[in-house]
Amino acid sequence: MTKHIIKDRQIIEDHWLYTGGEEEQAIPSDEDLDIIVSFDQWQNEREKLLNRNGKLGVCIGNGVSIDDIKDELGNFDLIAILFTAFKDGRGYSYARLLRERHGFKKEIRAIGNVLRDQLFYMERCGFDAFDLEHGNNMENALAAFKDFSVRYQPAADDAATISG
Amino acid sequence: MYQYNEIDQKIVDERVEQFRDQTRRFLAGELGEAEFRALRLMNGLYIQRHAPMLRIAIPYGLLSSEQLRMLGFITRKYDKSYGHFSTRQNLQLNWPKLEDVPDILAHLAKVEMHAIQTSGNCIRNTTSDHLAGVNPDELEDPRPYCEIIRQWSSFHPEFSYLPRKFKIAVSGAEKNDRAATLVHDIGIYLVKNPQGEIGFKILAGGGLGRTPYIAQTVREFLPKKHLLSYLEAILRVYNQHGRRDNIYKARIKILVNALGIEKFREMVDAEWEHIRDSALQLDENQLQHFREFFTPHAYDKNAADDSSFSTQIQADKNFAAWTKHNTVEHKIAGYRSVYISLKAPGIAPGDMTDEQMEAVADLADQYSFSQIRVTHDQNLILADVKQGDLHALYQALGKLGLATANIGTLNDMICCPGLDFCSLANAGSIGIAKQINEKFDNLDYLYDLGEIKLKMSGCINACGHHHVGHIGILGVDKKGEEFYQFQLGGSAAEDASLAKIIGPAVAKEDVANTLEKIIDVYTDKREGDERFIDTYRRIGMQPFKEAVYA
Repeated sequence: MTKHIIKDRQIIEDHWLYTGGEEEQAIPSDEDLDIIVSFDQWQNEREKLLNRNGKLGVCIGNGVSIDDIKDELGNFDLIAILFTAFKDGRGYSYARLLRERHGFKKEIRAIGNVLRDQLFYMERCGFDAFDLEHGNNMENALAAFKDFSVRYQPAADDAATISG
Repeated sequence: MYQYNEIDQKIVDERVEQFRDQTRRFLAGELGEAEFRALRLMNGLYIQRHAPMLRIAIPYGLLSSEQLRMLGFITRKYDKSYGHFSTRQNLQLNWPKLEDVPDILAHLAKVEMHAIQTSGNCIRNTTSDHLAGVNPDELEDPRPYCEIIRQWSSFHPEFSYLPRKFKIAVSGAEKNDRAATLVHDIGIYLVKNPQGEIGFKILAGGGLGRTPYIAQTVREFLPKKHLLSYLEAILRVYNQHGRRDNIYKARIKILVNALGIEKFREMVDAEWEHIRDSALQLDENQLQHFREFFTPHAYDKNAADDSSFSTQIQADKNFAAWTKHNTVEHKIAGYRSVYISLKAPGIAPGDMTDEQMEAVADLADQYSFSQIRVTHDQNLILADVKQGDLHALYQALGKLGLATANIGTLNDMICCPGLDFCSLANAGSIGIAKQINEKFDNLDYLYDLGEIKLKMSGCINACGHHHVGHIGILGVDKKGEEFYQFQLGGSAAEDASLAKIIGPAVAKEDVANTLEKIIDVYTDKREGDERFIDTYRRIGMQPFKEAVYA
């Protein structure tokens, strides 16, 4: 079954395989697959992961903070931030820090309990990819990026500060 | 006062449409209960005991007459013709229908109002001194900075899913703190440094609820241009490190006290170093832009020449008492600030009818530059009234039932809605307020007792601020029965302290009698003009304890 996500405000086919994230799976033997590993897998199998042909992403959140990976960002083509509950807002700070402080320019993907009504804020914090939780209508969700046409504060999107 | 520009208006208009769509999706079953709950809370909408409760934001407690008139209209059209002013300078409607809320918000947006972030785990309405701009104590009017914080914190993309709610208060001076600054998540005082520059003293970690704490100083002096970057640094540390495993330990006060203030400060300052010179920095033009909304009114230079005021004071004893208790000095000679008491006997503290709202709006137009303030003690203020107009205003308020001369007395109690409305409450705080009012119904006796801050909460969530009452009363549930626990010695002012429990809770029918025993100890032991709190601090708990449990 083909999986879709939202990337740069468009619905696209997703080819990344999650071995980390909500559930951990074994790292596949096919070395050409692009995979998103858990932080544990990254720590335990670093050499093996770096020697694969496929692209490498790592999943943080759920207890793994930005400080745990900030010195190794060059190894990753994608960082997934897991929301175990949409109300746990730590990931918003992680995304801003990745973009604004650590200069991470590649994909930052929100995964887990990711819902339409959080997309506007997430994008402002630097997320560019959204793996919506199963059951959410992606077409409808695209409208969320336009919930507001004006903004009150700078974030990862270079909005100006307060009016005046 | 602040006036919306195109951006401000667009944001509230777009918010109405966003919430309308969220409500539609919820009612259509497209949005789950838990997901909608978080969204509606961030728009001030609770589901309460009888009906939804909608909390409307009144930024730093300042209303125009047009806005108050609209609130009156909304309570009549969508509610039961009254509203409840809260301890955070907001207005609560107790009976709106869920499906009407988008329309209510649309009405509010027409008068530059909203319900944004009046609940939920986000940055709430920034509160301030209800005498800002007119009192002689302040170094500077705090409201321009409140407005700057309001804008920065509204729809903040990073800080809308915090571990817990987050409240900020700003006071124009440390002296005579009327904003309960020290019991906020962040408290801000305007201060002057040794070089004579005015900036901010930043405190964090204050709060009431189950585990009350007084805020501690994070930074003694912060230049004004860094206000937002410093707040952002504190919020970012809290958002990442505040506890999320236990709702009762999730406020920033728990983090500050678990880390210790030194370690907390170190983390904030380390974060701040990265962002202090970012786009958050405020330049002098921006600061001036906001200050210009709060410049002094066009006061009458001859206001003090009026002689009718002193004549009427002589002639009308009740007017004299009202003037003494319900008005305070203004920094302009010939003007006074007038408290409108929402604590008339038999009325739930903080409640006001639609007709009263509209009438007060008219009085504000006539006598006080069309502005009204909400106090954190749940009263209103007309801040700029000429002494020559006071008697006419007093008579007009009297006809509305709004001239009870009890400001600052035992009957001017702070009180949450309690069991009558709130689904959390153990106790009916409103009925208790009535019992106390009936017991202490002699105004002259109340005047003799002087300033006593009586604060009552219907449950340990402490919406009635009982921890910081000179006398605090807390409703507790014992096997399905209402009991009331007394606490003594709290203060929310610059000498902030937390009240201590006197002993076992008393039965509902004994509340006013117990209060009387406590008051009797005070009148017996006080020296000179000593306030209750000062007598308590001098003699301690023991004499009160002995009298109550004799």
